[in-house]
Amino acid sequence: MAILGLAWKSLVNRRFTAALTVISIALSVTLLVGVERIRSETRSGFANTISGTDLIVGARSGPVQLLLYSVFRIGDATNNISWQSYQAIAQQSKVAWAVPLVLGDSHRGFRVLGTNHDYFEHYRYARQQPLAFDAGEPFDDLYDAVIGAEVAESLGYRLGDSITVAHGASDVSFTRHDDKPFRVAGILQRTGTPVDRTVHVGLEAIEAIHIDWRGGAPMPGARVSAEQARQLDLTPKTVTAVLLGLTSKVATFRVQRFINDYPQEALSAILPGVALTQLWDLIGIAENALLIVSAFVVVVGLFGMLSALLTGLNERRREMAILRSVGARPWHVFTLIMGEATFLTVLGIALGLALLHGLLFAAQPLIEGRFGLAITIGMPSTYELLLLGAVLLAGFVIGIVPAYRAYRLSLADGLSMRV
Amino acid sequence: MSEKCSVIIEIQDLSFRWRPDGPTIVALDALHIERGEQIFIEGPSGSGKSTLLSLLAGVTTARHGSVRVLDRPLERLSGVERDHFRADHIGYVFQMFNLIPYLSVVDNVVLPCRFSRRRRDAAMARDGGLEQAARRLLAHLDMADDELLGRPVTSLSVGQQQRVAAARALIGSPELLIADEPTSSLDADRREAFVRLLFDECRDNGSTLVFVSHERSLEPLFHRTIRLADINRAASGDAAAA
Repeated sequence: MAILGLAWKSLVNRRFTAALTVISIALSVTLLVGVERIRSETRSGFANTISGTDLIVGARSGPVQLLLYSVFRIGDATNNISWQSYQAIAQQSKVAWAVPLVLGDSHRGFRVLGTNHDYFEHYRYARQQPLAFDAGEPFDDLYDAVIGAEVAESLGYRLGDSITVAHGASDVSFTRHDDKPFRVAGILQRTGTPVDRTVHVGLEAIEAIHIDWRGGAPMPGARVSAEQARQLDLTPKTVTAVLLGLTSKVATFRVQRFINDYPQEALSAILPGVALTQLWDLIGIAENALLIVSAFVVVVGLFGMLSALLTGLNERRREMAILRSVGARPWHVFTLIMGEATFLTVLGIALGLALLHGLLFAAQPLIEGRFGLAITIGMPSTYELLLLGAVLLAGFVIGIVPAYRAYRLSLADGLSMRV
Repeated sequence: MSEKCSVIIEIQDLSFRWRPDGPTIVALDALHIERGEQIFIEGPSGSGKSTLLSLLAGVTTARHGSVRVLDRPLERLSGVERDHFRADHIGYVFQMFNLIPYLSVVDNVVLPCRFSRRRRDAAMARDGGLEQAARRLLAHLDMADDELLGRPVTSLSVGQQQRVAAARALIGSPELLIADEPTSSLDADRREAFVRLLFDECRDNGSTLVFVSHERSLEPLFHRTIRLADINRAASGDAAAA
């Protein structure tokens, strides 16, 4: 249509102001789609944290809290599970495997997790992906440690390096288990989950480093050396949490009820998927708020276009009169301004997407390294397309305002030249 | 039908006011303009010139009386029909600022062909292409220079701009060419040259020229002069209102 050609040429003629409008729309679109992209990637990264585990068992508490300390290594357990209870659960006929987890210590800000070989065999993340070793192998000796990819990377550890564990979760802890150093025996491949930020050691090792401790401090005058500890009974007395795999999904609720009703101890068994959803609902509010704010930024960008088009109209009344004199109908004048608004919005969206992809391309390694968040660079998702469609529609609706005003003006002015 | 009639403009018992309760701006008993005539409409400002031209171009219509252009009563056409009619049959030259600033010289000239299939077909039939048609008309109006055509229209002199506007009004051979004081922004010695170019092209095109001006010096060049102040009954009493 000829009038759209005119709209395009008129924009090119006012390329400086048009570019400013396009840039402001583009930046707002970059923000909107960027927030949405990060939101959906965090959400799926979040859901990918743990899979293949049917139940997580801990001392009685809320599902979210249990999930936070057992899987995300955030916060601390209020209570532990006795070794007897762990064994009773593990021996249930429907339980295929039970991986014990002991938490409480740390190494330079990274949590230390005491567990056994079953952990490397049964822990799954994303789509049933098992843990894989980048180097080395699961702990063999009592004082072996297997570290996550991020621990290795940020602290520059290699196989064979010696590390000491600090008591408690704090990095500045003065109470260190420096009499019983560990050797790095394995380094796991990156998973994008909290596993990357974990130092794994054997259950017995946790027991060994605490054997001469009472009430959170070393017992004075009763030191047990690393070698002496090897001779002692290192069966743990408690565990922090247990990951359960069941022989069949159908049994899930029965086993869950068994654990929740366990008479000897107050325990909770949670379904990881349900707890993940609950947790997401909790933190998803902030991300929703972010998305709403970016939507408002888009509206601000479009209002920039509105004011640019409206201010331009008065100077363009002469142009409208010329168009009317060569036979343009008021409707053409409407379409001209509408076309300009649409071009500006479409260009803004296109530039915004290009900008976003450029940014993602540049920042992707950084984001993945820092936050373990793998952001895919590709075609916009359906929801993103929906958002972009909404932006286009909003641009269209906002364009109606100056277009209608131009329409009214051209009807009123006719061929009279108002300069 | 329009090919046969010899009267191009016929106005009868016309009376026009912008608002129902406003003053009458134009009141004409009768006005006839023959096909092919070159008419000089002379009138001081306030004599109702602009309003008369709006009525002739079909931008506004009269409540009383009739304005027939090419045997079509404009007041009986709808707004869209009048816009089509203007696109097809009328070329219009303003006093100044005739050009769309963001279009090239040639794009400005071919603009009417974008709104009128009739004029596009006429230009294609005559010159084989819109750009050729534009270039032929511009060459006739002493605007053949390629360097000149490549320049932004805003950098052209006023005289050059008016000649581009004339080429635009003439492309596709519309039957009626209305020029609203097209020479008033030109130097005195260029006015007559511009009018003579306009005559040549109108004759060549078979277009009727309605030339409105208050420059009496140009009057002798035309076939006939209509003094608006004399025939517009509304103008004498209320001249300032137009």
